[in-house]
Amino acid sequence: MTISDLLHLLLGRLSWDALPFWSAIQDPTLSNIVNAVIATGAAGLVVIGAIVLPLIITWYGKWRVLWSEWLTSVDHKRIGIMYIVLALVMLSRAVIEAVLMRSQQAFGLGGGFLSPEHFSQLFTTHGSIMIFFMAMPFLTGLINYVVPLQIGARDMSFPVMNSISLGLTAAGAGLVMISLVLEKFSTGGWSGYPPYTEMAFNPGVGPDYWIWAVTLSSIGTTMTGINFAVTIYKERAPGIHLFRMPLFCWTALCTSIIMIFAMPPLTVATLMLALDRYLDFHFFTNDLGGNLMNYVNLFWLFGHPEVYLVVLPAFGVYSEVFSTFSAKRLYGYKSLVYATMAIAVISFTVWLHHFFTMGQSANINAVFGIATMLIGIPTGVKIYDWMLTMFRGRVRFTVPMLYALAFVMLFVIGGLTGMILANPTIDYQVHNTLFLVAHFHNVLIPGTLFGMLAGYHFWFPKAFGFRLDERWGRIACACWAVGFMLAFFPLYGLGLLGMPRRTVAYFEPAYLPFTLVALAGAGLVLCALGSLIVQLWVSIRKREENRVYAGDPWNGRTLEWATSAPPPEWNFPVLPEVSDRDPFAVAKESGRAYQAAGGYEDITLPRNSAMGMIICIAGASMAFGLVWYMWWLAIFGALVIIGAVIARSFIRGTTRIISAREVEETHRRWLQAVADVRPASRDDELEPANHGLAEASA
Amino acid sequence: MSAEARKHPGINLGTAHAEAHDAAEVVVFGFWVFLMSDLVLFGLLFATYVVMLGATAGGPGPKELFDIKSAGTETFILLTSSFTFGMASLALKYGRHPLRLQFWLAVTLILGLIFLGFEIHDFIAMFERNAGPSRSGFLSAFFALVPTHGLHVTAGSIWIAVMMVQVVVFGVDTPVKTRILRLGLFWHFLDIVWVGIFSVVYLAGLAR
Repeated sequence: MTISDLLHLLLGRLSWDALPFWSAIQDPTLSNIVNAVIATGAAGLVVIGAIVLPLIITWYGKWRVLWSEWLTSVDHKRIGIMYIVLALVMLSRAVIEAVLMRSQQAFGLGGGFLSPEHFSQLFTTHGSIMIFFMAMPFLTGLINYVVPLQIGARDMSFPVMNSISLGLTAAGAGLVMISLVLEKFSTGGWSGYPPYTEMAFNPGVGPDYWIWAVTLSSIGTTMTGINFAVTIYKERAPGIHLFRMPLFCWTALCTSIIMIFAMPPLTVATLMLALDRYLDFHFFTNDLGGNLMNYVNLFWLFGHPEVYLVVLPAFGVYSEVFSTFSAKRLYGYKSLVYATMAIAVISFTVWLHHFFTMGQSANINAVFGIATMLIGIPTGVKIYDWMLTMFRGRVRFTVPMLYALAFVMLFVIGGLTGMILANPTIDYQVHNTLFLVAHFHNVLIPGTLFGMLAGYHFWFPKAFGFRLDERWGRIACACWAVGFMLAFFPLYGLGLLGMPRRTVAYFEPAYLPFTLVALAGAGLVLCALGSLIVQLWVSIRKREENRVYAGDPWNGRTLEWATSAPPPEWNFPVLPEVSDRDPFAVAKESGRAYQAAGGYEDITLPRNSAMGMIICIAGASMAFGLVWYMWWLAIFGALVIIGAVIARSFIRGTTRIISAREVEETHRRWLQAVADVRPASRDDELEPANHGLAEASA
Repeated sequence: MSAEARKHPGINLGTAHAEAHDAAEVVVFGFWVFLMSDLVLFGLLFATYVVMLGATAGGPGPKELFDIKSAGTETFILLTSSFTFGMASLALKYGRHPLRLQFWLAVTLILGLIFLGFEIHDFIAMFERNAGPSRSGFLSAFFALVPTHGLHVTAGSIWIAVMMVQVVVFGVDTPVKTRILRLGLFWHFLDIVWVGIFSVVYLAGLAR
C-alpha cells in the first residue's frame, strides 16, 4: 500500500481544494480573489472562534463548570438556554449572509462581486440555517425553558432524550459551520431539489453536507416533538386540565404534533437523496425511472407544516405578551385554542401550493389553493383576539410588546400577499420571483423571528435573574422593524417586475433603485443584530441594578412567574394546585401568592448524563465521515452511537434526591427576599425600582 | 375495570406491578407516540413504492421477481414470532419464573433471525438476477421499503438480546419490565408493517 492509498483511506476525498482560498491561489483572477477573501474571512472567523473560545474557557478555568453544569445537564432550563445560544450564534451568521446577498444584488447590475457559485452557497446556507438552525432551535429552546414551568412540572418526560436532541441539532449546526472551512456547501437552495443535487450534476461534497446536516437536525427534532407532546400530556400539575393551559403550551403542543408527523417526510426525502448519491439508487434521477416529483412532494409534505411549526410558538409568545402587558385575561382563549389546532391540521393539506406550476391539473391546484386560503381564517381570528386583548387594557409599551405590535401590523400584510399567492392563476405569474421571497420573509420575520425575540426579552429575566436593557432593546426592535420593511417591501416590486429569486446578476436598470433600498434595509437589520449584542453586553454589565430575584418583573399571570428568577433546579418546592387559567394572577389578587408550603418533601431529579455530548460528537463525526468518504470515521461514529445507547441502558441509579431540607431552605430564602423588597408599580416597571415583585393591582 | 387497572391500553402490566405499572404510564405512552412517527415513515415508503410501481425502466417487475413461497414463509415466521412474544409478555405480566420469560424471548429472537436470513437470501437472489436497487426506480423503492423493515427487525433482535442480558444482570426490575413492554409494542408493530408489505408488495405484485 502506498502513502497515497493510505491518505486516501484516511482522508477520503478531502484535499487542499477544500480550503476556501485554494482556487484563488491556483487561478488568481480578480473575481476569484474577491470571492476567496470573503470566504476565507468567514472561515477565519470559524477557526478563530474554535481556537479563542477554548482558550477563554481555559483562562477562566471554566471547563468543569461548562461540562458538569451545562453540557451534561439534563435540566430542561439549561437545555433551553443552550438551544437559544445556538440559535443566536447561527442567526448572526445567517444575517451576515443576508447582507452579503443584498449587497451583491445592489451591485448586481451587469455583474456584481460574487461568483454565481458563491452566491448560491450563500442563499442555500442562509435558508437552511434560518429554518433548521435558527428558528427551530430558538423555538425549541423557548418551549424547553417555559412549558414545564407553565404546567407546573419538574422536568421533561424524557430529560436525557432532551439532551440528545440538542446534541443532534448542534451536530448538524456544527457541520454547516465546518463547511465554511472545508468547502463547499450545497448550491441547491434550502429545499435541495434533485436532479440538480444528484450525483450526475453535483458530484462534490455540497449536497452531502446539506443532506447530513438536515438529517441530523430532523431526527433530533422528531425526538423533541415526542418529548414535548408526552410532557404536555402527562406532566401537568394537578388541576391544569387542557383548557387551563396557558396558550403558549397549546401552541407548543400543536408544534410538537407537527414535529412528530412532519419531520419523517423530511428524513425520508433526505435519506432517499442520500441513497441516490451514495448507493446509485434511482429515486429522483433523470434516468431509469427516477422521478423528482416524489422528492418535491415529500419535501413539501414536511416543508409546509414546518412553516406553521415555526410560527405557532411565536403566536403563543404573542398571546402571553399581549395578555401580560395589557394586564388583562387573554381575550377569546378558546377561539385561540381552536384556531391553533385548526392551523395545525390544515397545515398538512396545503403542501402542493409550493409547486402549482409543476404539472398537475387545474382542479388539483384549485383544491390546494382553496385549502391554503382557509388557513387565513383561523389566523385572522387570532389577530382579532390579540387586538381585543389590548382593547381597554392598561397597555405598557415594553420591548416584547413593541415586537408584538410590529408583528400584528406587518404580519397582516404578509398574510394578505399569501392570499394572493394562494390563487394558482396569480401564482403562475409571480412564482419563483422575488415576490415570493418577499412574502415568506414577510410572514417569517415578523411572525417567527419577532416572536422569538419578544419571548427572549420576556423570559430573559426569569432565566437569568435580571432584566435586559430597555433602551438598546428598543433600538434593536426599531432597526428590525424598519430594516425589515426597507429590505423586503421593495422585493414585492421587484417580483412584480419579473426579477427571479436567487439571481446573482441582472441587466435590467429598472431593478436598481429597488435593490439599493433593499440594501439599506439589510444594513439596518445588521444594526439590529449589533444592537442585540450591545444590549446583552450592557445588560450584563448593569445586571446588579436590574435584578429581579423575586421573579415577577412583568406582573405575570401564569405559573412560571410564581418562582424565583432564576428558578431552582426543581422548579417548584411543592407541585402547585391550579384552579384557574391565570393561576398566578388569581393567587396574587386573592393574597395566596408567596406562601410557605405546609410540608416539604424530598424531590427526585434526573442525574446528569454525557449521552447528549457523546451522540453529538459521534453523530457529527459520522456525518463528516460520510461527507468526505472517510468510511472509517462514519462507521466509528455509528458504532459509538449504538454502543452508547446500549451501554446507557445498563446504567441504574439515574436519579438523585434533593432533600426536603434543602428544598425548604431554598424556598424560605426566596420568600424572605420577596418579603424584603418593595413592590414596584407598573409605572416603575422599567426602572431599577422593579425588583421583581409587583404591586397589588387596584 | 378501575381507572388504575386500565392506565394504558393494550399490553400492560396490571396493578400487581405497582411501581412499574405507574412508570409505564409515561414511557409506554411516549413509545406509542414514537411508533406513530415511525408509521408515518413507513407510510411514505409505501406511498413511494406504489407510485414507482410502473417505473421499471425496462427491467424486471414484481411478477418476475417475487417468490410467493418465500414471502409466505417469512410471513408465517414473523407472525409466529409475534405470538411467541405474546407468550413472553404473559410470562412477564403474571410474574412466572424469569426462565419462562427468557425462553419465550429466545424463541422470538431465533424466529426473528430466521426471518432475516430468509429475507437476505431473497435479496441476494434478486441481486444475482441483476435486480438490485440501481436497476430501476421501482427496485429503488422496493429496496427502500423492505430492507427498512428488515433494519427495524435487526434493531428489534439486538434489543431482545440486550433485554435477555438485562434480565440476567438485573432480574425483572422496573426498568426491565417497562422496556420489555415497549419492545413488545415494537415487535408487534413490525408485524403489522410486514402484513402491509406482504399484501401491498408481494400479493398485489403477483396478482397484477
